[in-house]
Amino acid sequence: MKAVVTVVGRDTVGILAKVSSVCAENNANVLDVTQSVMQDLFTMVMLLDISDITSDFSGLQTALYALGDTIGMKIHVMHEDIFNSMHHI
Amino acid sequence: MLNTKDILETIRMIEDENLDIRTITMGISLLDCADSDIHRSCDKVYDKICRLAERLVPVGCEIENMYGIPIINKRISVTPISLLTAVSGGNPVEYAKTLERCVNTVGVNFIGGYSALVHKGFSAGDRELIESIPEALSVTDHVCSSVNIGSTKAGINMDAVGMMGKVILESARLTKDKNCMGAAKIVVFCNAPEDNPFMAGAFHGIGEPDCEINVGVSGPGVVRSALTKCPDGDLSEVADIIKKTAFKITRMGQLVGTEASSRLGVPFGIVDLSLAPTPAIGDSVAHIIEEMGIEVCGAHGTTAALALLNDAVKKGGVMASSHVGGLSGAFIPVSEDAGMIDAARSGDLSIEKLEAMTAVCSVGLDMIVIPGDTPPSTISAIIADEAAIGMVNSKTTAVRVVPAIGKKDGEELEFGGLFGSGPIMKLHNDRSSEKFINRGGRIPAPMQSLKN
Repeated sequence: MKAVVTVVGRDTVGILAKVSSVCAENNANVLDVTQSVMQDLFTMVMLLDISDITSDFSGLQTALYALGDTIGMKIHVMHEDIFNSMHHI
Repeated sequence: MLNTKDILETIRMIEDENLDIRTITMGISLLDCADSDIHRSCDKVYDKICRLAERLVPVGCEIENMYGIPIINKRISVTPISLLTAVSGGNPVEYAKTLERCVNTVGVNFIGGYSALVHKGFSAGDRELIESIPEALSVTDHVCSSVNIGSTKAGINMDAVGMMGKVILESARLTKDKNCMGAAKIVVFCNAPEDNPFMAGAFHGIGEPDCEINVGVSGPGVVRSALTKCPDGDLSEVADIIKKTAFKITRMGQLVGTEASSRLGVPFGIVDLSLAPTPAIGDSVAHIIEEMGIEVCGAHGTTAALALLNDAVKKGGVMASSHVGGLSGAFIPVSEDAGMIDAARSGDLSIEKLEAMTAVCSVGLDMIVIPGDTPPSTISAIIADEAAIGMVNSKTTAVRVVPAIGKKDGEELEFGGLFGSGPIMKLHNDRSSEKFINRGGRIPAPMQSLKN
């Protein structure tokens, strides 16, 4: 099972490191990362394998949302199926 | 492989453009609950609904979190209650109270099916149920009612049409302290679909399985926003953009429906390819029409724009779902659509124009506040006109009008929540239709019914 994490907000140092740490703490394996910074806007999309996460899906969500609040970034964690079904035939 | 643009587009649709699943509706057959003793019958109804729908709300919330897509309502539709009263006799309001208890136990937002199907005539239990609607809707908050008074195959039951004018007025009277809310919970149909997930007209038809999951999607805000990126395209391009957007919206409905059905262990029924507005700014069907180039919804050209929209929504949606059903099309409920409310307030949108619009979109005259002193025969005549459009065009039409009892011209009714608010819309022609309605009988089925 895979999840997509998106992180959007003002660019600062260490966003990728902080998000990855939370993923690692939850035993979510990072499969792919894309990030870009346009002007000051940081956008990152991360694909995670969540088959072996230590908590459940909502546990991972709660941890990442809490991080988002702390670092002032908008973080979403969604199952990859929603994107597959909306954008692929 | 997923690309970033697609991922961010989905998130923008949800965050900024009000994309949501309007409803997951569990259809439950109550045919096996009928008992000759009404109390036993009610007990069986309560037990069956609570057993099957016990996990509906928690499962809905799980799916919401997992996919990050809001599911606004979780609802239940049941077998038309008139079929139970036919067996049990007694006061049908007992069933309404039972359904309300089920809502309180399982935590859904609405339950629909306090209904009767009388398009060709009344059978046992039908008249009693119809006459009890005003009381049933005044003693409950979440029970919705519908009556099918016509069909392309059967014609229009004008005796039932005559009754419904009085029932609507009485429902508004009995709830006049609650903004006449009773009348907002009744829909009078022609060609009612049996798998409709939307309220107030949802019921679980007798050809449906014992239990199933139907999904209604929403997304006028997404369509409008997609159109803003094509300010000067011709109407073929406009139709294409709507189709592509409707495809994406419907795919999401299909995903949520199949996921809910597998988690609940209940078959998946249909996705309703709907464009259902809410009173929230940016979630309006009227604004899509205005984005196409009509200055205000209701101006000349509105019907054509709506026809294009309705058709493109279906064409885009139909490939996105394995089973399509329900009402499927753009909705035009006045009080539930910010753009329609404004157009009605400014006098640009009239009931007459709305009637024309109903010929080319799903459903009909929906959530329209009319003067409280409208005679019942005029309400019945409005129903008859609308039913005639549905009957002749082999489509669903419906009437949900709310007489504003005790309110003066220029005042509004505030329903709150998804029901929104609406100004009293004038009926421009106050001549009587009473004699026509009082004739009763049936309008014969049209030539269109002879397809065999």
